[in-house]
Amino acid sequence: MNPKFRLPFTVLALAASILLTFAIFRLPIRASSILLYEGAFADRVGMARTILKSCPLMLTGLGAAVAWRAGIYNIGGEGQFVFGAISGAWFAKLAVNLPPVVQLLGILFWCAVGGAIWAGVAGVLFVKRGVDVVISTILLNFVALQLLDWAVSGPLQELKHQLPQSDLLPASAMLPKLNRQLDLHVGIFLAVAMCGVIFLVLKYTKFGFRMRLVGAAPLAARASGVAAGKVQLGALALSGALCGLAGGIEYCGVTGQIGQGFSQQWGFLGIPIALLANLNPLAIIPSALVGGALFAGSENLARFTNAGSTLVYVIQASVVLALVAADKRFRGRSEVSTA
Amino acid sequence: MDFSIFIQLLVYSTPVALAAMGEGIGQKGGVMNIGLEGTMLSAAFGGAVVAIATHSPALGLLAGTAVGLAVTLVAAVFSITLASDQVVVGTAVNLGVLGITGTLFRNQFGQSGKLISIPSLPELYGIDAVIPILLALAIALWFAVNRTTWGLALRAVGEYPKAAESSGFSITRLRYAGCAIAGILGGLGGAYLSIGVANSFAENMTGGRGFVAIAMVTFGRWKSVPILIASVLVGGLDVLQFRFQAMGLKVPFQLFVAMPYIVALAVLVIVGRGTAAPASLGKAHQESK
Repeated sequence: MNPKFRLPFTVLALAASILLTFAIFRLPIRASSILLYEGAFADRVGMARTILKSCPLMLTGLGAAVAWRAGIYNIGGEGQFVFGAISGAWFAKLAVNLPPVVQLLGILFWCAVGGAIWAGVAGVLFVKRGVDVVISTILLNFVALQLLDWAVSGPLQELKHQLPQSDLLPASAMLPKLNRQLDLHVGIFLAVAMCGVIFLVLKYTKFGFRMRLVGAAPLAARASGVAAGKVQLGALALSGALCGLAGGIEYCGVTGQIGQGFSQQWGFLGIPIALLANLNPLAIIPSALVGGALFAGSENLARFTNAGSTLVYVIQASVVLALVAADKRFRGRSEVSTA
Repeated sequence: MDFSIFIQLLVYSTPVALAAMGEGIGQKGGVMNIGLEGTMLSAAFGGAVVAIATHSPALGLLAGTAVGLAVTLVAAVFSITLASDQVVVGTAVNLGVLGITGTLFRNQFGQSGKLISIPSLPELYGIDAVIPILLALAIALWFAVNRTTWGLALRAVGEYPKAAESSGFSITRLRYAGCAIAGILGGLGGAYLSIGVANSFAENMTGGRGFVAIAMVTFGRWKSVPILIASVLVGGLDVLQFRFQAMGLKVPFQLFVAMPYIVALAVLVIVGRGTAAPASLGKAHQESK
């Protein structure tokens, strides 16, 4: 597709998907659209919710994009998000006596490390044993979810030992809020900054160049002596770290604890966010904001109908399919790229 | 020995076994249907709805199979005709099905989804009609792939599409046929999950079984009978979980829930990708005009 048409096409596909989804589920189109819009943009509260919801999406979307740019299909953002948060919560439990700032930074750090480790498992299996990353990352998602379930009803459970969840972080160890009335926290700045950093890394560093090369032309990479395995392993670890950091931001910014329902498919939804942004780190910012708006809006919709966040999945899926159908970039892996 | 354990094991592993055998045929033709999870989930839902509405579990199975086929063919249009990236398409299909079934389920059965009860299939000694179908299919698919011209052509399309094409076979038609079989079996497996195994439906009830099935295809080296055996072995872990719980063993139950995924992963690590994989698996092909 001509790059000039990409943005208008994406916007059109998005609008069409929303209307089509309303029509399929026989929701009144006009009223539903208004509810969706009001939930996302009508006032400061709505706007804040849109931005709040876009925080984890921005980071998991960025994580998906980084790996995919290097030709690695990381479908395991969900598992990395969760495993990252488990690692962070573990640190939080050990670090209760440290100063709050150290706690906060330590949690975020260990969330990122946890995500990188979880993705790294899939990376090592791929490089050493040729295990398809698509399959291994998906399988690891389910393992991570069970690990979370076990951790919050075992070693990480609250001291009261009543509910399957960890203890709340002290307010001083949470990400500072921007405004006392709104839930919005400073994590959004971190997420936006990461988009910028990854953009620069991909564009101006040797590692970034190698990632793009391995992703776009594996044969050329091999011919010029780039160790594809190492680069892909690095890309996958970076991708996992970003997804883990997303978990950390959700943990320290919103929930303050981890429990069984900790991840609301944030890791998985990073994939459509990344595809909508054409895997471009800077375009992920608006793409994640759109995703956040859909979630904030659909929450408003859910108050009046039975249809809620599940609608967002349908909308995202149909936009992705529309883009995939129209865009050459997502034409299948070609016949020769087996290097 | 308690024979009922074996039957229970077979019943529990049938959804994955059916889906995996079908996926094996699709992959033989070179198409990896990552959307198998969506195929199974849509069929589980469609089957449950029809079985409840008609009070006929058999009609439910049929309807679920049809839904699974339809969903898989939609994915096939993208991955075959439009030559789109199969992983992207499959992921979108999974996401879409999760959303559609979730929304419809909440619309019909309320926000949280109260437990629904589906009429169960008639059984003889705990064995219903799907079990013999499963066993017969394993043999039939083996025969179709290894002993017929169609099977030879399908394998050629998965290995080296250009060769099949120059022998006068249509890559497109063969790949669609492979996908159709994958859709029918994935659909039957999904419908059997809600109607035959669980007697109910819950949001996202497949819970990754489609992905386990994809792993079983690699485990079974793309051959229908080994795929069936692999699926029963891994599916048996579910049964083991209940037995252990009944015995009151102090093992975290999460370990058992996670076991099929861990074992599937371990198996992939042990067997590696190897040379048994169809050489053109996952690659789109533009038919020369």
